[in-house]
Parts: sequence; structure tokens; C-alpha cells
Amino acid sequence: MRVTCPNCGERDRREFYVKGAALVRPGADAPVEAWHEHVHMRDNPAGDVHELWYHEMGCGAWLNVCRNVVSHEVVSAVLAAGSDLGGAR
Amino acid sequence: MRFSGWRVLKEGLTGNKGWTGHWRDPEPKREYDVVIIGGGGHGLATAYYLAKEHGITNIAVLEKGYLGGGNVGRNTTIVRANYYLPGNSEFYSHSMHLWEGLEQDLNYNAMMSQRGLMMIYHNDGQRDAMVRRGNAIINQGDDAELLDIEGVRQRAPFLNFDDNRFPVMGALLHRRGGTARHDAVAWGFARGADMRGVDLIQNCEVTGIDVENGKVRGVQTSRGVIRAKKVALAAAGRSGQVAAMAGLRLPIESHVLQAFVTEGLKPIINHVIAFAESHMYISQSDKGGLVFGSYLDFYNSYAARGNLPMVEHTMESIMAMVPALGKARLLRSWGGIMDMTPDGSPIIDHSGIEGLYLNCGWCYGGFKATPGSGNAYAHLIATDRPHGAATKFKLDRFRSGYGLMDEEGTGAQHNLH
Ligand SMILES: Cc1cc2nc3c(=O)[nH]c(=O)nc-3n(C[C@H](O)[C@H](O)[C@H](O)COP(=O)(O)OP(=O)(O)OC[C@H]3O[C@@H](n4cnc5c(N)ncnc54)[C@H](O)[C@@H]3O)c2cc1C
Ligand SMILES: [Zn+2]
Repeated sequence: MRVTCPNCGERDRREFYVKGAALVRPGADAPVEAWHEHVHMRDNPAGDVHELWYHEMGCGAWLNVCRNVVSHEVVSAVLAAGSDLGGAR
Repeated sequence: MRFSGWRVLKEGLTGNKGWTGHWRDPEPKREYDVVIIGGGGHGLATAYYLAKEHGITNIAVLEKGYLGGGNVGRNTTIVRANYYLPGNSEFYSHSMHLWEGLEQDLNYNAMMSQRGLMMIYHNDGQRDAMVRRGNAIINQGDDAELLDIEGVRQRAPFLNFDDNRFPVMGALLHRRGGTARHDAVAWGFARGADMRGVDLIQNCEVTGIDVENGKVRGVQTSRGVIRAKKVALAAAGRSGQVAAMAGLRLPIESHVLQAFVTEGLKPIINHVIAFAESHMYISQSDKGGLVFGSYLDFYNSYAARGNLPMVEHTMESIMAMVPALGKARLLRSWGGIMDMTPDGSPIIDHSGIEGLYLNCGWCYGGFKATPGSGNAYAHLIATDRPHGAATKFKLDRFRSGYGLMDEEGTGAQHNLH
């Protein structure tokens, strides 16, 4: 797998750490149930998913990567900071 | 048809013409007491123990492909009872006891080989962790011995003892650990279930689960509607998708794990050897192939094939720890889809929908669990109470934070196991 980092261009999978599902973060005052869903529960579809990838051996940016988990095709990669996942700005 | 030495001799002398198929190929009936989704090791074992221990025989096991074509036929065949957290500890101990009597019980040669398993440590911290684990194993009533460097050298003189970063300092030896022939385990359970009247239905994909007023009614399949009083999930890497058919979301992500085998070689490795250095582990099959693997690829996948970085990592580990194998030729590599939970431990529980049961989250360790899982799941399905050895495999442990079983101590989060 190769990912096109918006800062660095196309790079090998080895340069990245994969954090997992890119989900909209609940607000700080959200009920426990919302946090349980956010941290543990997953849709886990066999198709396109959005994930957080960290360009550890490159520019150090967190990316929101859309990837097909059946074909391993990387569909898109944008900066996570601009993709409205909530949490600290 | 019973297997025996006498029978083998007789068939040998008469051209092996008397062997018959090991199970029927029945048409699905309209209705069953229990429908099991998934004809892997766990689904087949569940059907077997439901019939044998609970007298429930009006059962169908629905398999979308062929019996044993999933992970039960893709794993690296390691069987052990060396876990150390309450919950896992008693369960894998129970499963090991079932393994030890399995071939007699099934009248089937599963090539169970308790050749001993060595977990190698490379530094003081790892040794302390092994001591702690060993004590937990002994307290559970299973076996563990701490070996020093000489103990390992005697058993595996070909290891690289002097690696600069990961010198071999010793090992925790689990003598009752070993391997079993994975396909034969599936076939043995399939035959045992079939003999007791269970319908094994292949090429039958479940496409929907019917729920009315909070109670399960049956399933939709590629071979028509099948009604059932109870429906039991055993779909391993597809658990998330099958559960979604009943409107459930699970604490599960599907990941790919790879494995490798070399060409057949003369006997060199007697034990199963696992290295704390890199999660890498290796054993030699009875055919002579060296079977090994290491980590997950660490990204979600339904592809049943991995990528090169993990191939490379595994080969590097082999070369670092067992350099003598550098000239062995790799024959094949493959991948299987694992249902990973946040704490790396399984779930055997009610689903919250009446009559629908969950057996999932076996991650990369579910082969050794096969008899124990089938046995405990059958108990839950038949009695609606958890089996004594599987009381902690709760679905709600992630919500409550109580009773998490994080053997690796890395945290109960996805993608850390
Ligand atoms: C490379 C690799 C190495 C491993 N090594 C080890 C090891 O050394 N030791 C160990 O203990 N464990 C190991 N494991 C883990 C172990 O193989 C699994 O945890 C275990 O096999 C899972 O249970 P199962 O046998 O029931 O799964 P499977 O055999 O995968 O059974 C699930 C079945 O469900 C069927 N199914 C799915 N969806 C549907 C549907 N909609 N309708 C009908 N049928 C459906 C599938 O076709 C499949 O046959 C390894 C796994 C892999 C991939
Ligand atoms: Zn970058």
C-alpha cells in the first residue's frame, strides 16, 4: 500500500502508523454511552473506511485516509486537522 | 464407520475400497431447534457438543463455503494453555483438557502432538514477566518450567544465542503445548456432529437474520429461509457483518494475519518456539515444512492476504533468531481474517436478542480454543447459562470496564493487540 500524503506526496505504508477508524469525537460532556460507542463499537464494513494514519517517518501529520479494506486500494488522503472529526483544535 | 488399527489393516489389504464419506450432504430442512452460522472449528465443535452433551440434535450448521475452509484451515496449529489472566486462564485450561482426550472422543486422528512450547525471553524484564506467567499457569493447575540459557541450548542448539539486541537468555517451557492438524480437527468435529444427526449444510450463505419483537425467528440464506428457535453466531472474521444482519454493532474490527511455510525439510525443530523479540513463532509440521508467523498487519482488512512489510518483518526475525534457516525456501504464504476485540480476548455471551447467541473475538488465538469454545458455547445455548470455564467472556466488559482481559497489557483499545 502507498499513501499520497498531502504534504509529502506518495509514500510507502512503512512510513505510517495506522491508528484505526477516523470517527467524529463525542463532546467532552457526552454521556458514557457515546464514549463507549466511540472507543469500542465498530461498524467494521467490508468496503471503504476512513482511518487515521500518522505520517511518523515523514512530515508528522495525522491524515484521514479513505481505504478499501477488501482491495487495499487507497481512495484518498487528506489532513485530519481539516476533516472535522471534533476534539481539540 | 469407526476408525481403528484393524480397519486400516483390512482396508490396506483390500485396496482401500471400503472407506465411505465422513458426513452426509443433506438438503436444509425448513426448521431447526438450533442454527449455527459458520462451519469453522468453533461452529462444528459447538454442534458436536450440543448433540453429545445436551442431547440437542435437530441442528443445522450453515457454511457459506466448504467445511474448514476458513481460519480453522489457515492457522499455524498451535495449541497451548499458558494464559495468565483470570477468565482466559481457566478457559484455556479447560480447552487443553478437552484436546488431550479429543482423538479418543472423536475416534479421529487429529495428529495432536504435545511437543512442548518454549517462549524465549531476551532480557530481565521479560524473564520476570515469564516467571509471573509461569506461576499463574501452575496455580491454574497447568504446567510451566523456567529454563535458563543452557536449558534452551540443549533443546534448540541452532538458535542465535548471542544476538546483540535480543540475546536468548532462557525460556518458559510449557510441555503440554504443541500442535494439532487443523483440518483434521474440523473434519473430526464435523464427522462427530453428523453421526449424531446434525445437518452440515455447505455452500449456504446466511444473508439475513429474522428478529421479531426482540426474539430471533430464523435466518435468510442463499438456499432459502430457515426457521430456528435459537441462532448461534460462529463466523470468526465475519462476525461484525453477520451481527449487523440482526442490527447489532460489536466491539470488533477485522484484521489480517499472515502465515508462512517452507519446503519440507528433515527434522530440525522439535518444539514450538515463540520469541518475545518480535511475536515471531515457529514449528515444524509432520510433513517437514517450517510453519511460522508473527504480528497482524495492523490495519483493517477483509482481503485474506497481507502486505510485504509484515512479510519482511517476519523474515528479518527468523534471520535474527534462527539464522540457520536462511537457506530454506519459502513455499507459500497466506492470510486469514481475524475478529479482533479491544482487549484481544473473546466473547461467548447472549446477544441481547432472545435466542441469538454470540461467539466471536477469537483474534489470532482461536484454534487452541476450538474444543473449549464449542463446549462452553453449547452449554450456553442449551442452558442459557455460561459454562463454568467461560463466565468472563462477557460482551459488556468494554462498556463497564470491568473484567477486561488484556493479556499483553497494552490497553483495551482497538489496534493494540
Ligand atoms: C494465519 C493464521 C494463523 C493462526 N494461528 C493460530 C495458532 O497457531 N493457534 C491458535 O490458537 N489460533 C491461531 N489462529 C486463529 C484461529 O485460526 C481462529 O481464531 C479460529 O480458527 C477462528 O474460529 P473458526 O475456526 O470457527 O473460524 P473459521 O474457520 O474462519 O470459521 C468461520 C466460518 O464462518 C463462515 N461464514 C462467515 N460468514 C458466513 C455467512 N454469512 N454465512 C455462512 N457462513 C459464514 C466462514 O466461511 C467460515 O468457514 C490463526 C489464524 C490465522 C489466520
Ligand atoms: Zn507527510
